[in-house]
Amino acid sequence: MDGAAHSDSAQMPTAHFTAKLAIWWLIGSEIMIFGGLIGSFILFRLARPQWAEMAHHLSVPIGSFNTLILLTSSYTMVRAFVSSGRRDRTATCWNLLVTALLGLTFLCVKGYEYAGKFSHGYYPNAGLFWAFYFTMTGLHALHVLIGIIAILILFVFGLRDRLWPIASRVEFTGLYWHFVDVVWIFLFPLLYLTS
Amino acid sequence: MFNNLPQNISTYGADIDGILYLIYAIVGFFFVTMEGYLVYAVVRYRRREGVRAVYQTGETWREMRWVVGLVAVVVFLDFLIDFRGADTWAKVKQDFPSGDVEILVKAKQFAWTFVYPGADGQFDTKDDLTVPRILHVPVHRKIRLTLTSEDVIHSFCLPEVRLKQDILPGRRTPAWFEVTRTGTFSLVCAELCGLGHTKMLGVLEVHDDSGYERWLAETAKEMFE
Amino acid sequence: MTNDPHGPQKFIWKYILSTDHKMIAKQYLLTGLVMALVGAFTAYLMRWQLGYPNTNAPGWGLVTPDKFNMLVTMHGTIMVFFVGMPLLVAALSNFVIPLQIGARDMAFPRLNMLSYWIFVLSCVALLASFFVPGGAPAGGWTGYPPLSASEQYTGVHWGMVLWITALALEFASFTMGGINYLATFMCLRVPGMTYFRVPMATWFLIGASLAFFFSVGPLIAGAVMLLLDNVAGTGFYIPAQGGEPLLWQHLFWFFGHPEVYVIFLPAVGCVLEILPVFSRKPIFGYRAIVWSMGAALALSYIVWAHHMFISGMNPRLATPFSITTILISVPFAVIIFCMLASLRQGSIRLDTPMLWGLGFLATFLIGGLTGIFLGSASADIYLHDTYFVVAHFHYTFFPSVFFGGFAGIYFWYPKLFGRRYNETLGKIHFWMTFIFFNATFWPIFRVGAGGMLRRIADPTQYRILDQFKEMNSMISVAAFILILGQVPFVWNFFWSMFRGPAADANPWRAGTLEWLAPSPPPHGNWGPGLPTVYVGPYEYSRPDMADDFVPQYRPVGVLGGPAGQA
Repeated sequence: MDGAAHSDSAQMPTAHFTAKLAIWWLIGSEIMIFGGLIGSFILFRLARPQWAEMAHHLSVPIGSFNTLILLTSSYTMVRAFVSSGRRDRTATCWNLLVTALLGLTFLCVKGYEYAGKFSHGYYPNAGLFWAFYFTMTGLHALHVLIGIIAILILFVFGLRDRLWPIASRVEFTGLYWHFVDVVWIFLFPLLYLTS
Repeated sequence: MFNNLPQNISTYGADIDGILYLIYAIVGFFFVTMEGYLVYAVVRYRRREGVRAVYQTGETWREMRWVVGLVAVVVFLDFLIDFRGADTWAKVKQDFPSGDVEILVKAKQFAWTFVYPGADGQFDTKDDLTVPRILHVPVHRKIRLTLTSEDVIHSFCLPEVRLKQDILPGRRTPAWFEVTRTGTFSLVCAELCGLGHTKMLGVLEVHDDSGYERWLAETAKEMFE
Repeated sequence: MTNDPHGPQKFIWKYILSTDHKMIAKQYLLTGLVMALVGAFTAYLMRWQLGYPNTNAPGWGLVTPDKFNMLVTMHGTIMVFFVGMPLLVAALSNFVIPLQIGARDMAFPRLNMLSYWIFVLSCVALLASFFVPGGAPAGGWTGYPPLSASEQYTGVHWGMVLWITALALEFASFTMGGINYLATFMCLRVPGMTYFRVPMATWFLIGASLAFFFSVGPLIAGAVMLLLDNVAGTGFYIPAQGGEPLLWQHLFWFFGHPEVYVIFLPAVGCVLEILPVFSRKPIFGYRAIVWSMGAALALSYIVWAHHMFISGMNPRLATPFSITTILISVPFAVIIFCMLASLRQGSIRLDTPMLWGLGFLATFLIGGLTGIFLGSASADIYLHDTYFVVAHFHYTFFPSVFFGGFAGIYFWYPKLFGRRYNETLGKIHFWMTFIFFNATFWPIFRVGAGGMLRRIADPTQYRILDQFKEMNSMISVAAFILILGQVPFVWNFFWSMFRGPAADANPWRAGTLEWLAPSPPPHGNWGPGLPTVYVGPYEYSRPDMADDFVPQYRPVGVLGGPAGQA
């Protein structure tokens, strides 16, 4: 072995940078998944003007309310990130909790909407528009749920005062949460506002 | 490679075979020279005592020039194939001539049915002829097909005519051909369509003009009496 | 989770829940080889039915049409997704990337372990489909709906559901793996390892991960829709319910063509790694090859419709896609010419890895050239869905997975297990495989051009195929010998693992970093300090050096420059 030895960290990116890069790659792959779904929907939608009538059955006020909820949750997520940067445990925990609760509110409202559709007989098999509606919002809701779980885990770590060694995860979870938000920003007009 | 090509019986079959042989000649040339060079290099440059390999990185244009030259040849041949092919493709799949005979093809798991418009030349009238399995056509006439499927994707394939077209359920897919000799030929399903895919066979029966008229008349008689 | 990299480890942590990239590579390797056995068995049954129609296959029984459709589907799925992907992408990426760039492990070792176990889960889900009511999936490996979208068409419900689930799990596993490989590659290169000093194998493995990463998303979305069609009664792909069957084909092939490169590029990477070592010459045109790979990757995203020329899509799309498809021959021509040029004026040693590498070149060339027939829309009218296509993609996949894969396995075997394999057995294995691979698949071109269609359960059905009866039997015999020809490998692989002579750190006298680590490398790979890189990976036979190679970690300058200069 005739190589000169270096210390491990010389000139190499930090672990924080590596992890952040990975989150961006993850978001890249998620964009391709939602992109495939949304792209398929748009192609179908353009060829089927009659879907406007079905979009009419979706409640714009409820959808707008949910949009507002998610946008607010993105704001509280940013607050959590800022507070974690200041090592302010109380504010970080509170903001994480509020973000998770807003996410849960979003899911509850979504569930209420689903129940309303089911009661009118609009199941996923009630036609292609409804198939797309339930698939797209369902896949999105699944992502919201995963985000909520991640945020609650961070919250529990914060409560026990064990958050600081993994504080950068607040930032990563935040990136993911904003992405989930942006997906909704695409879904909402495509589904609700095209009537 | 193409010694076992089935006989060609259609007007455009020769064009398709021509493309096959053109590509065959081009890739055959590259196959022989490149495999030949590979064998030559391995034999010629086997390790020998006292002979050292030549340090050559191929990072300069000077060293790369023959690679660039060969690639230019490849690009030229690529476009040759594409342009020759595009004409044939347009002939078979794009520019449909007006048909002398129109036939509706119905595919389902696992059978072919053919519908002829009958004497009035109109589909969906009482004198439509429905014939299972055997596609009867006259020789030297342009046959226009409308392909439909009831269930899954099938593929209408006449190997001797060099025609193949997938049939999407829910759509009407056009196709055409013109046969140059009479006889009995193969008609098969070329797309996996389920359990009985292998047995989804038909027959292409090519008549001369009078034979075709006779067959039409007999079939109409059988159907309506 | 054990965190002490050097202490003694319990069996479960060392072999089962390991986070060490080398152990995970071995896990993928073994899993892939086991799946290859299953894939070979399905091939045996199909070839029996095609060679000796409607007779009992020894060890199984009659291959009925429903079983044949299942075998066709499972063979394709297993060989592409459960042999090619784990062997070439996962096993090689895990083993080679960290060692070649000087990392101690993957960027995310625990994520790496999770990827592997999700992959195992997907293998279990797929194999379980043999045993559920209704049997294995029968929609073809491409799973075209409406056939694959409803039980009423295939007669299979649980099999299809498991098939889609297995694919979804596998995609999740390889997406996580891809994130890991890319992050490792971008962030953990040692000082001096600039992008243009990265060895070819690593470059091409990263290319494969990129190809996978940006193409699989839409298919995941498509798979969700197909799953819902099967279980929730939606009709995304069923025209009777307003759906569109072509949507799946677009999503599938948008993924499908890059997927070909996911499997092909690592094999090219292995061969590019092996050629300089065994011809003692630098690789010819390093930069040209890397840029060509990038160009091929970019092109691979805009060629997908060449699988769909006769699918019923708008025929005016055929010519543009013919042009993009045939243009792919340009970057690959550059790569192959550079490979051939790397042999010229070399000092070639025909050890087993080199034989496999040259075998890859010789056979893959045929696969690439016959692709030109199928890339031409008008020739494809006749050749589509015939055995010509089958022969073509076996001449691409088989060289990639097996010639390229075995080249890599034999080349890195000393590093993987710290022991030498038996050279004679390795060469017997090569010649058996090379001869009988060609004896199997070359005649299939002729059978296909003669009009025999893919996926038919009985080749005696069509009158025009009567002439091929004998040829089909011969092909089957050759295929059986090809499968038996793998026995020397299995023996060599396991026997040498325990009884082979010990290998030293650098048995091939190669210059890349992995040969600096001991064989096998310990946990953490490099001891107390990381190596530093000073030169490119293939500095063989430099005229200014007495020794015929300069390892990357030796502090010398580039040719003609002062020592230590970048």
